[in-house]
Amino acid sequence: MNSMEKDTRLIGREALAKLFAQWLGEGRRILAPKQSNDKVDFAEVETPGEVSLDPVQTGQSPKGALFPRVEELFSFPSRDGRVELRERDLAALKPTVVFGLRPCDAAALAALAAIFNWDSADALFSARLAALTTVGVACNRCDEYCFCTSLGGGPGATTGSDILLTDMGGGEYLAEVISEKGRQAIQGAGTLFQPALGKDKESRLARVEKAFDLDKVKPALEALFDDEAFWVEQSLRCLGCGACAYVCPTCACFDIQDENGRRLRCWDSCGFGLFTLHTSGHNPRPLQSQRWRQRLMHKFSYMPERQSVLGCVGCGRCSRACPVDMNILEHLRAVAEAKP
Amino acid sequence: MTTADVFKPFLMRIDKVTEETPDVRTLRLAFQDEREGRGFTFRTGQFGEYSVFGEGECTFCIASPPTRQGYIECTFRKAGRVTGALADLEAGETIGFRGPYGNVFPIDEWEKKSLLFIAGGIALPPMRSVIWNVLDLRDRYRDITIVYGARTVADLVYKSELAEWEKRPDVRLVATVDPGGQTPDWKGEIGFVPAVLDKLAPASRDTVAVVCGPPVMIKFTFPVLARLGFAPEKIFTTLENRMKCGVGKCGRCNVGKHFVCKDGPVFTFAQLQEMPQEY
Repeated sequence: MNSMEKDTRLIGREALAKLFAQWLGEGRRILAPKQSNDKVDFAEVETPGEVSLDPVQTGQSPKGALFPRVEELFSFPSRDGRVELRERDLAALKPTVVFGLRPCDAAALAALAAIFNWDSADALFSARLAALTTVGVACNRCDEYCFCTSLGGGPGATTGSDILLTDMGGGEYLAEVISEKGRQAIQGAGTLFQPALGKDKESRLARVEKAFDLDKVKPALEALFDDEAFWVEQSLRCLGCGACAYVCPTCACFDIQDENGRRLRCWDSCGFGLFTLHTSGHNPRPLQSQRWRQRLMHKFSYMPERQSVLGCVGCGRCSRACPVDMNILEHLRAVAEAKP
Repeated sequence: MTTADVFKPFLMRIDKVTEETPDVRTLRLAFQDEREGRGFTFRTGQFGEYSVFGEGECTFCIASPPTRQGYIECTFRKAGRVTGALADLEAGETIGFRGPYGNVFPIDEWEKKSLLFIAGGIALPPMRSVIWNVLDLRDRYRDITIVYGARTVADLVYKSELAEWEKRPDVRLVATVDPGGQTPDWKGEIGFVPAVLDKLAPASRDTVAVVCGPPVMIKFTFPVLARLGFAPEKIFTTLENRMKCGVGKCGRCNVGKHFVCKDGPVFTFAQLQEMPQEY
């Protein structure tokens, strides 16, 4: 592919530090993978030196930048017994650069946007998305949990990144400027970049083998829906702990709770028995097997059908986080190959 | 800059409290901001999220008909944290309401037809909205029959309205209580709703049936209606899965690929037959 047409350039480590300084100067905050004790997760950074791109993946996905684990929807201070509603000031949400997210995480933004805005726009999510610029970093390495290529993604995929960097070795990054937001993020920083003539990222990318045929998954799931034995077998180990949903870059199910004069939106999980429990005690999904089925159906059947987007990007976080070693890749392969 | 958010409720003043049974009450709510009230419209079958600030939100249908303007009503059983808090409030106090959400009973399509309403227990409230809606437009419909059952006489809600329907010559009310739930002066039927319906054997010709009740009542009522000749697409019900957002985002009310909050809560039996049993 001709790199000139794609607006591809080179940037070195020192120039990247200057770009970080420029972003901070513009009032943006930068979230990037950062080591804290034995964990690497997205946190605020000021220099590229603080960024840790060593692990294949961060433990938590960057979804919190758009959909925080707990966020205030509005507050309701009480004055002389009269309730007053105080809305969030969306203009106060800080413009944010998420740096160093992997192509799978960048692809997940489309799934999140579909969930929050498919029918009516979610004000907080939309405001955060509008103020977000993503600088992805292509994957030089992968592990046995990665399966982005089975879902149409790839270690060098540009979808969802405003700029995608590829580590070319020797302290140099190939920078592909993908979107208008990406162009704005490097406005005035032209001298920081070098021409990228003759550079090609492909040789630097991890090789993620295709693990199953995605086209088979949706029809197979639908055919298997009433196969109780299949779902019991699939979910026998599941503790219902919800870790998979918390680390997932696309899981966006939420709860709404009041606390200290504020109405809060909090992450939730379809894996919890309480999730669907009626006040009467009746539960439409009382069994863990039904809740595991819901997880797969939502991501691979309902979302593609209702919102035209897959609810999974193949990042493998759920498999890495699962305390009982459920590997979603193996489960999907079993679905794709099932003979109902 | 602030922006109107889908989660921001209207502030509603409780204008009237009616104790229906020892643990069921009806609240009449008026918009604290009259301008918001004038801009508010809904159609029968829709629901909302009601909140006690500091306790949280819960989901009920709007139990009053859109033909009665200037207020909305909700009826609920005191059962959990939010309904417990709602049960402690008095007239004059403020709660939150957001809505209306969901689809509607297609009462325009029911014109010139007979209507058969079948409700059990605390499921009369969602049906009360549509019953009063069609009674307020009475000349557009033919026979109107209401079959309503509760466990005991004490559990019957809307007692004064039941008495009103009983007296009306243009409504046939059949009230029943479960065996053992009657009082010495009970003049209605004694028996479970499906059995009473079976005995009543209403005609199915040019008739739409609306069924609301606990899952077990629904389960045994559908076969009776089928035997009486009601086509599945002529039987309507309203589902009440647990909800948080009410607007298709929070992910818990789905029945298969259907959002109860967006595609429902009103479904026909024909639709339910195509849907998984997740309600």
